[in-house]
Order: sequence, then C-alpha cells, then structure tokens
Amino acid sequence: MDIDLDPIESIAVPIYHHYHATSAKAITPFLHAIKRGELMGHLSSATGKVLFPPLGACPESGEATHEPVILKDSGTVIGFTTVHLPIPGSKLVPPFTVANILLDGADQTCSHLISECELGDVVIGMRVQAVWRPKDQWDYSLENIEYFKPTGEALVDVDELKQHCLERAKLRVKNRVKGNSTEVHHA
Amino acid sequence: MSKNRVAICGVGQSARYQTKLKCSMAGLVREAALAALADAGCDWSDIDALIIGKAPDMFEGVVMPEAYLAEALGGVNKPVIRVHTAGSVGGSTAMVAASHIKSGLFRRVLTVAFEKQSESNAHWALSPSMPFRPHFNSGAGGMFAPVIREYMRRSGAPDDVGCHVAVKDRRHALRNPHAHLHLPDIDLQTVKDSPMLWEPTRFLESCPSSDGACAMVMSCEQLADSGKNPPAWIHAMAMRSEPSFYPWREEVSPLASRECAQDLYAQAGITNPRRDLDMAEVYVPFSWFEPIWLESLGFAEQGEGWRLTLDGSTSLDENGDIPWNCSGGVLSSNPIGASGMIRFAEAALQVRGLADKRQVDGAKKALGHAYGGHSQFFAMWIVGTDKP
Repeated sequence: MDIDLDPIESIAVPIYHHYHATSAKAITPFLHAIKRGELMGHLSSATGKVLFPPLGACPESGEATHEPVILKDSGTVIGFTTVHLPIPGSKLVPPFTVANILLDGADQTCSHLISECELGDVVIGMRVQAVWRPKDQWDYSLENIEYFKPTGEALVDVDELKQHCLERAKLRVKNRVKGNSTEVHHA
Repeated sequence: MSKNRVAICGVGQSARYQTKLKCSMAGLVREAALAALADAGCDWSDIDALIIGKAPDMFEGVVMPEAYLAEALGGVNKPVIRVHTAGSVGGSTAMVAASHIKSGLFRRVLTVAFEKQSESNAHWALSPSMPFRPHFNSGAGGMFAPVIREYMRRSGAPDDVGCHVAVKDRRHALRNPHAHLHLPDIDLQTVKDSPMLWEPTRFLESCPSSDGACAMVMSCEQLADSGKNPPAWIHAMAMRSEPSFYPWREEVSPLASRECAQDLYAQAGITNPRRDLDMAEVYVPFSWFEPIWLESLGFAEQGEGWRLTLDGSTSLDENGDIPWNCSGGVLSSNPIGASGMIRFAEAALQVRGLADKRQVDGAKKALGHAYGGHSQFFAMWIVGTDKP
C-alpha cells in the first residue's frame, strides 16, 4: 500500500451530558420552595450563619443543617464581573454582568445576573432586587429569577455589612437554646 | 516525618507549550518523560512507579486517560497512580511522587503532568450546569474576576498593575524556549488596548490555552547521582484545601493558602520569604494574581504586594531582588494539568543552575507554587541546591 493520505488534524466530536439529578433530603425543600417563589436557606446551628443554597451540611463545621430560613429576594452586590467572552453552547449573549449577591438575611453569596442598568453602573455595595419570570414558567430552578435589578437605594459599605452579619451569627450561637424547633424563620 | 531525602534528578518539558494538533496525548507525555529520563541518566527500567496528574477529564473529553497513557510511559506491570486536584494538580502530583520516595516505598519514580487543551474548550468544561445554581458559562476568568476586583478595592492599587505583570511575564517568556507565547513587541499599551474578557481582566492579562507535558524523575539519596547534572533537593512540601463556597470565605487570600505557606516556611526554616528565597515560580493565570499571591505568601505586607510588581522587584529584566516566574509563568504557557508541575520543575532547574537564559544568578533556594479549583487547592514546595 502506497497511498498518500492527507493528515487529519482535527474533527469536531461534540459531547453532551444530559443528567437526571435526584435531589437529596436538604435540596428537596429548597427546590419546592423555589418552585413556589420562595428562597430557602439553612441556618447552621454550629456557626449561626445562614447558608444559601442549602446543601444539607455546613462547610465550616461539617455538621448537618436542618433549620430552614426564608430569605428576601433583595440583596447587596458583594462582587461582580462583566463577561465579554462568548462561550460555546451558552444561551447568554455577551456582554452581561454576573454578580455575587448577598441576599438579605443570608451569610453566603449566590451568583446571578444584573440587568436593567448600564454595564458600567454596577458597583460593589449596590442594592438589588430580584426580577422573577412569569409564574407559569417557574420550575425547580434559581433561574425562576431572570435577573436582579438595582433598587436605587444608597450604596452599602460591604465591610460594615460583613461585620454586622458576623456579629449576628455570633449572637445566634450564643442565644441558642438546646433542642430548638425546626420552625421556619423569616429573615 | 521520615528523614529520607528526596532528589529531583531529571526534568523534562514539551519542546514548546503550544497547540499541538499533530501530537496525541500519549505523544505529549512521552516527549516530556524521555527528556526527564535523559536528564536523570535513566532508562524506563530504572523506574519503580509512575505518578500521573492532570486537571478535569472534560478538558479533553477523555475519561481516565492515565489508563491508556501507562504504556506510552513504560508503566506496564508497574504501579500507576493518578492524582487530581484541579489546577494545582501538577504541584500535588509532584508532591505525591516525592512522598512515595520519602516513605521508602519506591526508590525512583517518574512523575508526569499534562493537558491538551486543544482537544476541548476549558471555559465550557469549567462552566457545568448544576441543578441548584443558575448557569452562566463564565469560565475560570469569570470566577476569578470578582476576586481581582475585591483585591483592587482593598489595596487601592493603581488600575494598571495587572498590565505591568502581563508585560513582565511575557518578557521573561522570551528567555524560555518552552514558553507558548513569545510576544517580542509586547508593551504596556498593547496590553491595555487588548480586549476586555472578564472585567477587569483583559485578553493579554490572561493565560493562553496550551498543550503540553512536564515530567520529573525523583529518587532517594542513594540514587541521586545517576545523571551528569546535579540534583535539586526538596527542603519542604505542603498541601492544603478548603471548600469552594462557605459564608464569608476569604477569597482574596484564602485560609488554605496562608496556612499552606506557613507550614512550608516552618519546615524549611524560612522566616522572610523575600529575603530567604532566591526566586519563585508561582501560579499566576491572571495578571493580578501576582500581587495577590505576593501578599498571601508573605513576600509583602497586606495591601503592599502591587508595589513589588511596580518597582521591578519581581522582574528578572530589572534585576529585581526576588524574581517571580522567570519562565514566563502560567501567563505565557498554560497546559493546565501540567502548569503546577512546570512551576515546581522550573524551581528545581533554577537551583540546579540549568535554567539557561532565564537563570537567576546563584539561585540556591526556590519556591514552586500551584493553586486550583475555586482558589481552594494549594500545593507548594521549596527546593535547594544543598541537601536539607
């Protein structure tokens, strides 16, 4: 055989992953809550901090968390970036701004989009409010919130906010009564 | 800890960390392994075990590549161990290899780390959809950009410190034939004019997507003089990790980073890393991570790291007192899984006096550093010319 074949340097072989996720004990109430338009966190009894989303264990102490806390759908921008780079398979068209948002009452940020403002207007400490999709589109997903928009309230000093939250957490641990009920708190 | 000393007798790298469409993964790792064996004066039969590292399998779409790479690395009938700690994996793989010598289990091992980014798209691979989080596809750059912005807020550093790092590391890369990016005309304005990718990170402030492999031969003290070149000696090693998300996690200078460095310096008897070390190869995939790690690793006071960058202290071209990333760093070559091992290997080359045009004169003690995941996995070592 003396065939002069052209070299094949690259062929596209797209790979798709379609998973069926089974939600664990802690995620189930969170997903049911988000489907009815509620944001549910968990209070860690070990640290007094409110985790969001609640994955069932406190990453700092390793202890299981049980106490649900319903959070408000408003919060503060702790960090953000504006993405200009398109990524294959993404439904989002750049530029768009992704922020780490501390929901009011939570101690852990969640990522979400910021919209209804100029890209350059987003700053650390900006107050934002969730904009929900129409109710008939709600699913077991945080994407029921389409994005967050600025409220126009005064900027928050994030260092003071952190201090306030850490003191609040300390106080919760101090005031904790043994055998506390698992009633739902409202932040 | 056992007193067994560990020597790095051989270092091998891809001839160039560029996009290598014509080379298979097996070819990549073999090229680096053969170079390391030659440096160590060894043959495949001299190796007791094979320690392989790479970052997530989605970067190539090949699951468990170590299974098929064992033959290409002479691993038939030998112990083969795969290590994975995200972007820090090259560093932790070197440490796993060294630990097996230190324990006395093996006398000489070959360790290899690699990535072939051209097989897939790392931004896609790093943006998986999760059932309980919104899906934004912003990749590693999108994950680290808010951390950079927070560093800028706290330190009050001038906006163009990152651009200075980008120029400095690319100029270092011109001294290194292995570096992916050779940009002889780069200057501050070119970097500033390059497109914004993830604000505040520009295109030229980001690492490239590279293919390549790095390998080392390590041995116990009795076998340390196998090659014609002197070995490097491991003085200290430390590894730490922490969860990616928890309330008020310190993301600019993670606890795991600070504690890993403290442990490392205590082992090596280092009290002032800027004074006690001759150079450092530190994982800087986005330019601003130079000042961020200068502070976290104790080379500068908090909020002051950017001053070392601006005054040339970390530049080989400006005869800085503590050159960082003489190889051009991750900013000039980023075969992700290999990037940590390249840092460790470059530190070893420096203290062996084998770093050619990028050699720091008289370097006797150097730091190799890697981090990965959500700034959550850390691996560091200190190597020296002299026995510890």
